[in-house]
Amino acid sequence: MSGDILLSVENVSLSFGGVRAIADVSFDIRKGEVRAIIGPNGAGKTSMLNVVNGFYRPQKGEITYRGRTRARMKPHEAAEQGIARTFQNVALFKGMTTLDNIMTGRSLRMKRSIFWQALRHGPALDEEIEHRRVCEEIIDFLQIEHIRKTPVGALPYGLQKRVELGRALAMEPELLLLDEPMAGMNLEEKEDMSRFIVEANRLRGATIALIEHDMGVVMDLSDRVVVLEYGRKIADGVPDVVKSDQKVIDAYLGAGH
Amino acid sequence: MGSAREGRDANDTFAKLLRSHAAERGQRPAFRHKDFGIWQTWTWAEVFEQTRAIAQGLLSLGLDRGDTIAVAGANRPRLYWSMTAAQMIGAVPVPVYADSVADEIAAVLGHSEAAVIVAQDQEQVDKILSVRDRLPRLRHLLFDEPRGLTDYDDPSLHALEAIMAKGRSALSDARVAAELDRRIDEGVGADPSVILYTSGTTGRSKGVVLSGERSIAAARDTVAYDKLTDRDEALAYLPLAWVGDHYLNYAQGFVAGFCIACPESADTAATDLREIGPTYHFAPPRVFEALLTRLQIRMEDAGAFKRWLYRRFMAVAKRWGEKIANGERIPWSARLAYGLGDLLIYAPLKNALGFSRIRVAYTAGEAIGADLFAFYRSIGLNLKQLYGQTEAFLFVTAQTDQAVRSDAVGPPAPGVDLRIAPDGEVQFKSPGMFVGYFHEPDKTREAITDDGYVKTGDAGFFEPDGQLKIVDRAKDVGRLSNGQMFAPKYIENKLKFFADIREAVAIGDGRDFVTAMINIELASVGNWAERNNVSYASYQELAANPQVYAMIEKHVDAVNRSLSEEPVMAGAQIRRFLILPKELDADDGELTRTQKVRRGFIADRYAPLVEGLYNGASEASIAAEITFEDGRKGKLVGTSRIVDMAPFPRAKEACAA
Repeated sequence: MSGDILLSVENVSLSFGGVRAIADVSFDIRKGEVRAIIGPNGAGKTSMLNVVNGFYRPQKGEITYRGRTRARMKPHEAAEQGIARTFQNVALFKGMTTLDNIMTGRSLRMKRSIFWQALRHGPALDEEIEHRRVCEEIIDFLQIEHIRKTPVGALPYGLQKRVELGRALAMEPELLLLDEPMAGMNLEEKEDMSRFIVEANRLRGATIALIEHDMGVVMDLSDRVVVLEYGRKIADGVPDVVKSDQKVIDAYLGAGH
Repeated sequence: MGSAREGRDANDTFAKLLRSHAAERGQRPAFRHKDFGIWQTWTWAEVFEQTRAIAQGLLSLGLDRGDTIAVAGANRPRLYWSMTAAQMIGAVPVPVYADSVADEIAAVLGHSEAAVIVAQDQEQVDKILSVRDRLPRLRHLLFDEPRGLTDYDDPSLHALEAIMAKGRSALSDARVAAELDRRIDEGVGADPSVILYTSGTTGRSKGVVLSGERSIAAARDTVAYDKLTDRDEALAYLPLAWVGDHYLNYAQGFVAGFCIACPESADTAATDLREIGPTYHFAPPRVFEALLTRLQIRMEDAGAFKRWLYRRFMAVAKRWGEKIANGERIPWSARLAYGLGDLLIYAPLKNALGFSRIRVAYTAGEAIGADLFAFYRSIGLNLKQLYGQTEAFLFVTAQTDQAVRSDAVGPPAPGVDLRIAPDGEVQFKSPGMFVGYFHEPDKTREAITDDGYVKTGDAGFFEPDGQLKIVDRAKDVGRLSNGQMFAPKYIENKLKFFADIREAVAIGDGRDFVTAMINIELASVGNWAERNNVSYASYQELAANPQVYAMIEKHVDAVNRSLSEEPVMAGAQIRRFLILPKELDADDGELTRTQKVRRGFIADRYAPLVEGLYNGASEASIAAEITFEDGRKGKLVGTSRIVDMAPFPRAKEACAA
C-alpha cells in the first residue's frame, strides 16, 4: 500500500495580502495511498490542493513531485505531469454531454494535429476511437451509461460530481486530488462515490488526496490523514491515531477550557 | 457442429432448437447486447458455441440431469445462454427476479433446491452470500461481471468466464463434444424445461414447471398467429423470471429464430429501444402510460407552433386513426389529413419512442385506459391486448389485428380451450399448459379441475363479439353489507386512469360503503406543482397539499359519476377517500414484484387509516416501518386528511330494473 513518496510539501506558507491561508505546513503523499486532508472550514485545505496543482504559488516552501523539486508549476504543467483534480463546486462544461465532458479529460493525450482532428479521418479517427474506448470504460466503471448523451447541466448534483470524477479519471492520473467529492450527497450517493474512490485507487492505481468533511468516510477510506487548522498542521497519521488526538478533537468540537 | 440429424430432429427442446438454428441460420444475429456504448452481436452459430461451453463447464462442476440451476440478474445474453446450457445437459433453469431482496431469493433457491446459481454481478452475489447458510444444497456460485468481486475468496465462487474457458478446452476433445451432442439428443420434450416462480399476488409464490414440448408448441402457435420470422427483432428488458420475458423473448425468439437485444442497463432501456427499433414489442400498460405522461409533459414545454401542430393532428388521429387501423372505410379528405399528420407528427413521435418499426405490440397484466390505448392505436401502433398466466405459459387470449378494443382482452388464443365456470371463474386448457407446481402436488390438484381445466382465479365473461372481459380476481369480488357487488380492481382501475393517480386501493367488502386510499403520481403531480409554484420537499408533503387533495377529489368525483352510470356498480361509489402519506413499494411488501397491489397486506398495515375511513374521523395517522434500498429499516410517520364524497344518484335505475 504505502510505497515511495510521490509528493512532498515542505514548509509551505501562503498568504493573500494580510490573510495567512497556510503557515509552514509540511506533509507527504506516498505512492498508492489514499491521503485525507481534513480540518474545520477555512483551515486552508482547498488552498493546499491549489498549491499542489500549481494554481497558487506559495510565498515560501518547496514541493517535490516525483522526485523533482520545483519552484513553480502552472496547472496545465501539473496536468501533464499526471495530476488531476475535481472541484468543490462542480466545474464541468454545462452545455456539453457527459461523454464529451469526459472526453475533454483525454485532450492532453490527443496527439494528432487539429487539422486531422477536424477532418476526423485516418489516424485522427483511430486515435479518437481509442480515446472513446477509454471513456466508455470509465462510463461503465462509474455506471453512468444512462446519461452518456445528456447535457451535464441537466443532471442532478450527485451525478455531476460523478461525471467530474470521470473526467479526472480520463486523464489516467498518477495523483488525483478530490475536493469534497461527497459534499451535498445523500447516503446512497456517498456510498457509491466511496466505492468509486476505493476502486479508482485499487484497480486503477491512482494515488488519491482527498478533502472531505464526512468523518465516517474519511476514517473508512484513507490510509493516512493530515489535519489542518487556521492554516497550520495540527496532526498527521493513521486514522485511528488522528481520531483520538486531543488537538483534533478540540479543533472540531471546540476546546474544553 | 450442427450436422443434420434426420429423424431425431424433432426440436422438442430449446437445446435442439438452438442447434438447428446454428445449422440453418448460423450467420443470422441471435443476440445483441450494448456494452461500452457499442452494440455487440452474436450469431446463432456463436450462441450455440458459447452455450455449449457453459454447458460443458456446468458438467465439469458436477451438475447433472435433473439438477436445478438458478439464474439471477438483468437481461444479459450470458444469463439467457446459461438457461439454455442448463437445458442442454438436462438440468432445469430457475430464473429469479433480480430486484428480489435476499430473503426472497433464499426462499426461491431453497424451494427449487438449486445446486448452482448464475448471478449477474456483485449485487446478486452479495445477496446470495448473505443467506448462504440457509441453502445447504447450493454448491456453486457463478458470476458474469467480475467487477468488485476480485477480493472475494469463497471457494465455491467462480467467474462464468473461467467456467466457460474450462468447458471450451474440454470440448476441443472430439469425444467430449460428441458426448455433449448425445446429451442434447437424450433430452425429450416431456422433461421439465424451466421453473418459473409466480409473482405471488395471491400469497407465497409457487414454482410453475413447464415442459419443453409444451412451451415450444405454445410459442409455435403464436409465432404463426402474429407471423413472426427470423427477420424480427425484440428488446429483452422484462424481468428474466417473469413468464412474459421467457415466452415473448426466449421461447418465441428460439422458435422463430429472431434476434433478442439486451439493453445496456435498466436505466438505458428507453434509449436502447430507440436504437434497436424492435419490430415486436411488449410493455405493461404502466410503461405505455409513463411514456405518454412524459410525452405530454414535453409537449407542454414545446413552442407554441409545435403545440398547435400537435393538438391539431392529434385531433385528426383521435377521430380517424383507429378506424384506419381497423381497416374501416373513411373519406379521402380524412385519409389525406391523417397522411399529413403521419408525416409531421405521428412518425416522428413513434421514432422518438422507438416504435417506428413495430409490427406487433402487446400489452397485458392490468387494465389499460381507453384513452391511453386509443392514443397509441391512433398514431398507427399495432397495439393489442392479451390475457395470460404463468400456468398457461402466457397466452390464454389475444386480440387479432382487426378486432382490437381497450375494455376486453380478445378471443381465445390458437389452440386454447376456454370456458367460464358457473361461478364466473375463467378456466382454460392450452398447448403450453404447465405440468404442475414444483414439489407441491396438492396445490397442483387445487389448480386443475377434474376434467383437466386450469382455474385462473379470475372472474370474467364473454362479450357478444367473443372477446373475454376480466372483471377482477374471483376471490376479490366481494359484497357491501347491503349486498351490493363490490369489485375493487374495477374501481381502482377507473381511478388509475387519471395520470395524477399512481395506485389506488379500494376497500368495501363487508362494509357499509366503499372507500379508497390513493397514491399520487409524482411525475405528473410534481410537474403540476412546478408549474403552479407549489413547493414541496417530499412525496409526503406533496400528498398532503390541500390543492392536490382538491385535484384528486375531482378525479374521485368523476369516477363516481361513471360508476353511477353502470347499473351493477352504481351502489359501489366511493364515499370517503384519503391520500396515502407513503408511496406503495414492493420492498415493503405492498406491491408484488410485478407491481400489483397486495390489498390484504395493505389493509393490515394501514389499519389505523382504514379505521379512520370508517369511523367518521376527519384525519387518521399511521406509523409504518419502511425498508430502504440497502435493506435497512426505518419508520415513517404520517397523517392523512379524509375527504367525504357525495354520491351521484343511480343514473339508469329505471331502465335497469
